[in-house]
Amino acid sequence: MRRQLRLSLALLVATVLVSAVSVPAASSRPFAGVTVNVLTFTGPQIAEPLQRRGPAFTRLTGARINVVTVPFSDLYQKILTDLATGTNSYHAFVFAPQWMVDYVTPGYLEDITMRVSADRNIQWADIAPFFRNFSASFGGRVYTIPLDGDFQMVYYRSDQLRRFGLQPPQTWEDYLRVAQALHRKDLNGDGRADFGSCIAKKRGAQSYWMIWSVAGALLQSQGTNQGAFFDVDSFAPLTNNAAFAEALRIYTETTRYGPPDELNWDVGDSRAGFMTGRCGLSLDWGDIGTLAIDPKTSKVKNKVGAVILPGSRRVLDRRTGQLVACNSTTCPHATGGVNHAPFAAFGGWSGGINKAAPARVKDAAYAFMSYMSQPAQANVDVTIGITGFNPYRRSQFQNTNLWVKAGMSAAAARNYLGAIEASLGSPNMVLDLRIPQNQRYQQVVLDTAIAKLLAKQITIEQAMKEITDGWEAITNELGRDQQSQAYRSALGVKR
Amino acid sequence: MLTDRKLRGTGSPNGPVPLSFLGQGLAAWVDRQARFLFLLPAVLLLILLSIFPLIFSVYLSLVRFQLVPGGFRFRFVGLANYRKLITGIEREHFLGLLASPAPLIWALAGVIAAVLLLFVIRGMVRGRSTLPAMAGRAVFALIAGTLVWLILRTLTSGGRPGSLVTTMVYVFIGITVQYWLGLTLAYLTSQHLPGRRFFRVVFLLPMMITPVGIAYMFRILANLGIGPFTPLWEALGLAEVSWASDPWGARIVVMIGDVWQWTPFMFVVLLAALESQPLELLEAAMVDGASRWQTFWRVTWPQILPVTSTLVLIRMIEGFKIIDLPNVLTNGGPGTATESLTLHAFIAWRTLDIGGSAAVAYALLFLVTFMALSYINLVHRRLAGAM
Repeated sequence: MRRQLRLSLALLVATVLVSAVSVPAASSRPFAGVTVNVLTFTGPQIAEPLQRRGPAFTRLTGARINVVTVPFSDLYQKILTDLATGTNSYHAFVFAPQWMVDYVTPGYLEDITMRVSADRNIQWADIAPFFRNFSASFGGRVYTIPLDGDFQMVYYRSDQLRRFGLQPPQTWEDYLRVAQALHRKDLNGDGRADFGSCIAKKRGAQSYWMIWSVAGALLQSQGTNQGAFFDVDSFAPLTNNAAFAEALRIYTETTRYGPPDELNWDVGDSRAGFMTGRCGLSLDWGDIGTLAIDPKTSKVKNKVGAVILPGSRRVLDRRTGQLVACNSTTCPHATGGVNHAPFAAFGGWSGGINKAAPARVKDAAYAFMSYMSQPAQANVDVTIGITGFNPYRRSQFQNTNLWVKAGMSAAAARNYLGAIEASLGSPNMVLDLRIPQNQRYQQVVLDTAIAKLLAKQITIEQAMKEITDGWEAITNELGRDQQSQAYRSALGVKR
Repeated sequence: MLTDRKLRGTGSPNGPVPLSFLGQGLAAWVDRQARFLFLLPAVLLLILLSIFPLIFSVYLSLVRFQLVPGGFRFRFVGLANYRKLITGIEREHFLGLLASPAPLIWALAGVIAAVLLLFVIRGMVRGRSTLPAMAGRAVFALIAGTLVWLILRTLTSGGRPGSLVTTMVYVFIGITVQYWLGLTLAYLTSQHLPGRRFFRVVFLLPMMITPVGIAYMFRILANLGIGPFTPLWEALGLAEVSWASDPWGARIVVMIGDVWQWTPFMFVVLLAALESQPLELLEAAMVDGASRWQTFWRVTWPQILPVTSTLVLIRMIEGFKIIDLPNVLTNGGPGTATESLTLHAFIAWRTLDIGGSAAVAYALLFLVTFMALSYINLVHRRLAGAM
């Protein structure tokens, strides 16, 4: 009996002790019982780090992260219909910041300016100003947290360029020459002829960004505020002139040195092609740099170089619509007579919060996005190719050790980060289109016309007319003044 | 005279109404209403799921979706979405690029116009023809003539088919190949050949797989450079050939996938038709010394014609809605070469051009209705009547 009493007492003491320990533990998990539904695109990129880090965040805060994915081509519309119909099945979104205008204007996205100001852990000032002030902000308020930094660059096989005595391309004409020289050569030692250039040209994928990477340097030379899509004064599309015709010619010609199925390739295919050593050149975001060091998939580790987007020695004279040679007036930002216009395509995947979500869920969603962006996590994730995240924090550019630790040689890291920094620091950077329903301008009209041109369904002149007419029709439908004002406002950003 | 009614009371204001009579009246009333009551759930369901969306989508085809502060709105634009398809910026996408007609095309169009005119005149001179029937023939001739003219001008050199003609190409070529292939396989497996039971199951398998799965499978199979048949293509020197970059190459691959998926449907129905034909007729033909071909052509074929007709009608209606294969295989590309009407509408919807999407969907509905009605009136009834 006494023994039973002692046992009961011991159990009671143990229960009290366990309770005493667990109460503070529960209070340190402020979002226990909260589930945050995060919508993004079908990965593995982008979704992978969110899914991988979700459980760790749950252990820290108690909030469960449920990542829902849809195909990229459906993401814009899926977010908008969820918000506009009041379904609100998703509490947070990881999406292209250029779509923000369509989500902020109707008041669907949570203004997180105050949250960011009060959040020391996020180290907001460490994020490069372009991503803080342009990608994350709209109308002077902060709506998203940057998780990724996006610039398109040209990648080349450094070993093959050495082998054939070639230099990395400085202009698009150089690009074509290098592509031609490498085309049909065995670039990976498997005895098969490989390809000079691999670009994602599939319709409904990323092709409409690729063409603007080529066109940017021909269309914009007077600095970022000049804009590369429309004339800032008349809001006339810059798609029916000698410069855009030249860009279309170059873009079409790259197909001659590409794989036979290139028109059906998206970035997944072009990256796989480059990683397996089948491509001499490629045009892509920062992903190739980190994918190349993945020993599981890459056959080109430390054989990859990156350069700022090639430029042009001739640029558009907007008065006449013709191409003119670069000089100190026509190309004030040129380097060695070459006008470079690095394209901040897409703007970098960013996390936003549904304003209609319950308050506690919004808190948890913000905490998760902040957690993902904090240097402790982000500075690791940007070095992993599969994440799809590219550098966007100053610390990521400054600390080469991060990259060396991830498997990059110091020289490759300097080359890779140098190309991104050169783009980020360019006074002639091309900002992606951020006006209401920009998705219709780019993903519908531009993408379709480019696809038809590449498939030889239409000529360059017909493509230019189709794009111009299509863009004008959307502008007239949505209101020229409103669109023009939005365009000017987006370009007026201080970097 | 003392009537039964008087005995039980009049039920008039002059006297009370007996309860038994009330009960009978109520029962009769309930009986009368019961049929409506039982039908009501089905009718409501039909209205909710079919009629309402049909009417609402008419409204959608007349509006534009716009984002505004606080939400969205639909702005009424009349027939602008239809105008965009017929004469506006979507014209080439929807109707295609019309080539300048060569003399041969003019000649061909002339012959077809003459045939259609003859068809209308024949209907008019027939004494029994009613006014609606004559009007129907005239409308048929007009629409059929327009479609043929569109097909001729977009499929000849210098032209380019839009999503409308591409869909018709998928339907007509696809169904023709599916039917004859299905019939051949059904005929073979209806014979007493070894392994026929096994092949009956194998031939049915594609029908069991989800269309998106089939599309992904074909995407891998059709990749000449990194697909499973790459060694074979390399041996044949075809590894560097790209079907995806060629409009007709891509359309043919889509049609091959469609044929692979839907031939089993033709096969299974035709097999049932072949196996249900009376043996006496076949035996009589055999006794009369008919060859296999004569037996098939003179005995079996007429027997399976009504099934054939129904089968083609069902597949035609279904075939016009093709979307999975072109969407997954090519995303509608290269360019817009493989875009069907449904994919055209889906892409417009995906980009929030909801009005434009509804307009394309209504064009598809009109086309399917026209084709189905024409087929029923011109082919199906005749075949059924012949039997």
